[in-house]
Amino acid sequence: MKRTLFALFLITTLLIGFACERRGNGANGGGTGPILVGYYGDLSGRTSSFGQSTKNGVEMAADEINKAGGINGRTVQIITEDDQGEPNKAATVVTKLINQDKVQALLGEVASSNSLAAAPKAQEAKVPMISPSSTNPAVTQVGDYIFRVCFIDPFQGEVMAKFSANNLKAKRAAILYDFNSDYSRGLYQFFKRSFTSLGGQIVSEQSYTQGDRDFSGQLTAIRAVNPDVIYVPGYYGEVGVISNQTKQLGIKAPLLGGDGWDAPQLWQLGGASLNGNYISNHYSVDDPSPAIQKFVADYKARYNILPDALAALGYDSMKVLGDAIKRAGSTENTKLRDAIAQTKDFPGVTGKISIDKDRNAVKPAVVLKLENSKFVYETTIYPEGATPPVTSAAPASGTTTAGPAGAAAPAKAASPTN
Amino acid sequence: MDTFVQQLINGLNVGAIYALIALGYTMVYGILRLINFAHGDVYMVGAFAGYFIALSLGLAAGPSLLSLTFILVASMIIAAIVGMLIERFAYRPVRKYSRMTTLIMAIGVSLLIENLFVARIGAAPRAFPDFLGSQSQPPYHLFGNAAISKAQIIIFLVSIALMLLLQWIVFRTKVGTAMRAVSFNLNSAKLMGINTDAIISLTFAIGSALAAAGGVLTAQYNPNIDPLMGILTGLKAFVAAVLGGIGNIPGAVLGGLLIGAAETFVVGYGYHIGIASTYRDAVAFAILILVLLLRPSGLLGSTVQEKV
Repeated sequence: MKRTLFALFLITTLLIGFACERRGNGANGGGTGPILVGYYGDLSGRTSSFGQSTKNGVEMAADEINKAGGINGRTVQIITEDDQGEPNKAATVVTKLINQDKVQALLGEVASSNSLAAAPKAQEAKVPMISPSSTNPAVTQVGDYIFRVCFIDPFQGEVMAKFSANNLKAKRAAILYDFNSDYSRGLYQFFKRSFTSLGGQIVSEQSYTQGDRDFSGQLTAIRAVNPDVIYVPGYYGEVGVISNQTKQLGIKAPLLGGDGWDAPQLWQLGGASLNGNYISNHYSVDDPSPAIQKFVADYKARYNILPDALAALGYDSMKVLGDAIKRAGSTENTKLRDAIAQTKDFPGVTGKISIDKDRNAVKPAVVLKLENSKFVYETTIYPEGATPPVTSAAPASGTTTAGPAGAAAPAKAASPTN
Repeated sequence: MDTFVQQLINGLNVGAIYALIALGYTMVYGILRLINFAHGDVYMVGAFAGYFIALSLGLAAGPSLLSLTFILVASMIIAAIVGMLIERFAYRPVRKYSRMTTLIMAIGVSLLIENLFVARIGAAPRAFPDFLGSQSQPPYHLFGNAAISKAQIIIFLVSIALMLLLQWIVFRTKVGTAMRAVSFNLNSAKLMGINTDAIISLTFAIGSALAAAGGVLTAQYNPNIDPLMGILTGLKAFVAAVLGGIGNIPGAVLGGLLIGAAETFVVGYGYHIGIASTYRDAVAFAILILVLLLRPSGLLGSTVQEKV
């Protein structure tokens, strides 16, 4: 299996070598045909829920753009590739999108490990790439053609640390993270740094690897030190089971997580055991703002399911790209790159998106509580230095960064429009 | 103390599942001298059989011990049939060639099953229905913090019952005697009028049914099932069978429990001596290498051979 993959990889790399020759003087700007946008994601692997949701969001945004007459008279065409959630494959399919399909921009991936594998290919070919939801800081550090429309892990880790210390009044935290995931390791480090700087103590650090099935050993060790909260920055497949086994061991401390929990399958795996846990996320379907409710309703009408954060980010990534192409007046790579970099206060579904000098989006995060198979809005936490907008996009305006425990109370806003 | 007891419960719980799977490895090896690498995938097939039966009959609606029993028995029967089919159509035609051919066939069958499942239903994890209400029910407290959940109790009870049943079949019934005869010498057994093909088929059926039971039981504790779940678990059960002495039935059970406990203790206490919990899998295979170096016949597989 691995061998065949490797052989395939070698062959593709060789083919790419030839393709590159032709590329050099190939005009990839101007043009009058459709704008080709490559989307790559995990559509059949272990995190396929992420790839599928993002794809839904991207396609919906592209259709909306086309229905409204396209961009500068040109329609958008999405070319999709499945990377099966494997970094090697991600690099391969991105090379294919660039060289064979001649896409003018790339959207993807969700998992940071996969984005990190693919980004150097995009950078090398100077094709702008926007990751909808990879939160590991290293992703956009690959080069000046790599952007993202989500916040980054130092902030996401900080959000949960602040929420535990300030809102949950936690003093002792345990961490259970995915050893092989760039995303999980990043969140673990940033949560730890932030939580200890807020005066908290990390009492146990345990790890697992993706695909593990039994977590009782780690959880028993965690139970022995009796933490107030347990931070589990993993992906839904394992987290659902971890939550289940936590309850079976009689652990009462809540589990805290990140956007990696956000998938419909989480509820099937964890069921009632998930109640009372919290995650940080990019947006909330409960948000009453008209723009978000319109997005939620349109998405529901189209796919018959509520959009998770990854769908919303997929949607935003396409919209940000469309906006940049419009401003650039062309898909010529340097112009498009500069236009994306100049994105300021773009009204996305997941908040106002401004791209900073590190090509990351600066925007607030929401904390959601897990209750009866739903993510219920709890509070919004803003980035350091940024003042919460007066007309807050989030339901509970006035719930600020370092708000006291009581700040969480007025939150439980409008029920989702199922 | 209660933490230690808890880790022991956790470890034996994982170990009981390894033991159920290891029995299939060891029985087939005893009779054919074949490491049936597709056995871990039969475990996966068993779990998915239970999953699809539960879905199609709508049994997933509420927790029920009766539904669980039905699912358990049904998936054991399906896995037994799958095991017999694998034997009939993949191993029997090549049995007359060298043992290496059969081994390569086993690897081929294993990869075929895995990839068929991935192609057909995708690699994303699916959630096995919770028949014991363990997602919402608190565990039973033994003393202090040590707790045991309903799923764990069921895993222990059912696996002990199945192991006793197997012991009874092998040593107290006519078929069992025939199985032991075939394992001693296939050709002599044939000369004595034993239908060896039928006995081999039956051995695959029993081994596969036990693996399926492991699949369904473990899914009550860990509802996450996917087409590749049998690879690592199957390999560790194989290590368990080797540790106990391959071909030896009590050895497989002992090996399974030891591997399960060893893994859990690595996770639970390893960090005190600087071993991260991610070394769990490495430890299982380090044990395999040590056993092969120091005691190739395994813990119980020495002079007295109870090969079946």
